[in-house]
Amino acid sequence: MIEVHDLTKRYGDRVAVAGVSFSVARGQVLGFLGPNGAGKTTTMRMLTGFLPPTSGTARVAGFDVFTQSAEVRRRIGYLPENPPLYPDMTVWSYLTFVAKLKGVARSQVADARERAIARTGLAAVGDRLLSHLSKGYRQRVGLAQAIINEPEVLVLDEPTIGLDPRQIIEIRSLIKDLAGERTVILSTHILPEVSQVCDKVVIINDGRIACEDTLANLTREGSLEEVFLRFITADTALAHERDATPPGEPDQPPPAGHGG
Amino acid sequence: MRNVLTIAGRELRSIFVSPIAYVVMTGFLLLGGWFFFNLLARFNLLVSMYSSFQGGAEAMQRLNVNEFVLAPLLHNLSVVLVILVPMITMRSFAEEKRSGTYELLLTSPVGIWEIVLGKFLGTAVFLTVMVALTGIYGAILAFYGNPELGIMLAGYLGLYLLALTFLAIGMFASSLTENQIIAAVTGLVIMLLLFVVGWAADTAGETLGAVLRYTSVIEHSSEMIRGVIDTKSLVYFASMIAGWMFLTERSVESIRWR
Repeated sequence: MIEVHDLTKRYGDRVAVAGVSFSVARGQVLGFLGPNGAGKTTTMRMLTGFLPPTSGTARVAGFDVFTQSAEVRRRIGYLPENPPLYPDMTVWSYLTFVAKLKGVARSQVADARERAIARTGLAAVGDRLLSHLSKGYRQRVGLAQAIINEPEVLVLDEPTIGLDPRQIIEIRSLIKDLAGERTVILSTHILPEVSQVCDKVVIINDGRIACEDTLANLTREGSLEEVFLRFITADTALAHERDATPPGEPDQPPPAGHGG
Repeated sequence: MRNVLTIAGRELRSIFVSPIAYVVMTGFLLLGGWFFFNLLARFNLLVSMYSSFQGGAEAMQRLNVNEFVLAPLLHNLSVVLVILVPMITMRSFAEEKRSGTYELLLTSPVGIWEIVLGKFLGTAVFLTVMVALTGIYGAILAFYGNPELGIMLAGYLGLYLLALTFLAIGMFASSLTENQIIAAVTGLVIMLLLFVVGWAADTAGETLGAVLRYTSVIEHSSEMIRGVIDTKSLVYFASMIAGWMFLTERSVESIRWR
């Protein structure tokens, strides 16, 4: 469903994403793991057609994200790290706007909106202004916005960040519900989230893929925490070797990447 | 077209629910009222002075409300537009970038042209209302006096086209940055430059002078305020609006090649 091949994004001299390749099968939920600044957000922005890659290709549902961007955008629901909400709109009018924007047929707009509201549990706040909603509800509106045109692919950038534990549990189970037939890419640096929601894991560090495997395979030998740390440390060590850092020098922190 | 209207509708709503719109509109009408009152008072004074002179009757012939009240009023309002239009347009793209809704717009299946056109139309509706409300001054003149209606309408058309041109410029300025202050200042400076670029026309060479004069917005709006609707001016305003919208489209699109 999603094929990413050698995707690279450079900002001037700085490489944010360096030759990332991975694939996600239809109906899979991919956990996109990595420390802050590893290039998760940049990769997701390239997949959704917001940013063009410097080089490399990515295909979503068979369409190239760069040359057939419009086709891809029609099939992806995207929840950026900050939910893209207009504070001066009500939940109801916002979702109507997004439905129209995403090309839901005129006669279906009301249905699509009600369906999204029902699935994300927003019925009680439909007439509230977005600026008056709590963070948990804002995140739900963000999810409702992403699923409103029933896209085949969902791209969720740190959907549970900044929520309280109860909200985190709610959003997670919501994502599990929404997954169903859909293909989902979910970025996070919260490891338990991955073990609960995902089928497959891609660990990205410093712009490169450190590991790509199914969750079952990875956790055979230890907890996901151990696996994650092992891969990140090994990868960072490898990177240092590549940069010919003289041995014995104290470990440098990985350079801060763009976005989360 | 449906996408354009969707975006225009949201833009218009967001303008009308924000206090900025009402402050700008009130300010525009307040200043307009003050100009109108003073121009009218001066006109009154001139009329009573001339009528008390010997031979003043001849001079009275040359006093008319179009030239002495409406034309200066529209000129003053054009200057006010330079200051107020950037206050309206500074949000258009800058605010979307800051709040993250830019990502929603650009990852939705709509073309960049549709976004630019939609935002333009939405804000244009607001400016239409704002300019139309100053029509009250013209209406008062028409009710109590006998201004030349054709000249008056030409003048208002000039003011309106000026407002739309400034709108396109302001949107372009807003598309360059995520900071609304920078957007407002950039827009204001471009508009002012287009206002005063004609000043150099007299000292520049003949050809360059003509070019500068043609580039200046005030040259064309003054013509129309005087009552002359020249095709040249209409072409000027149309190409200005289209040109700045084209630049806006390029500027939004540029995220794809940077």
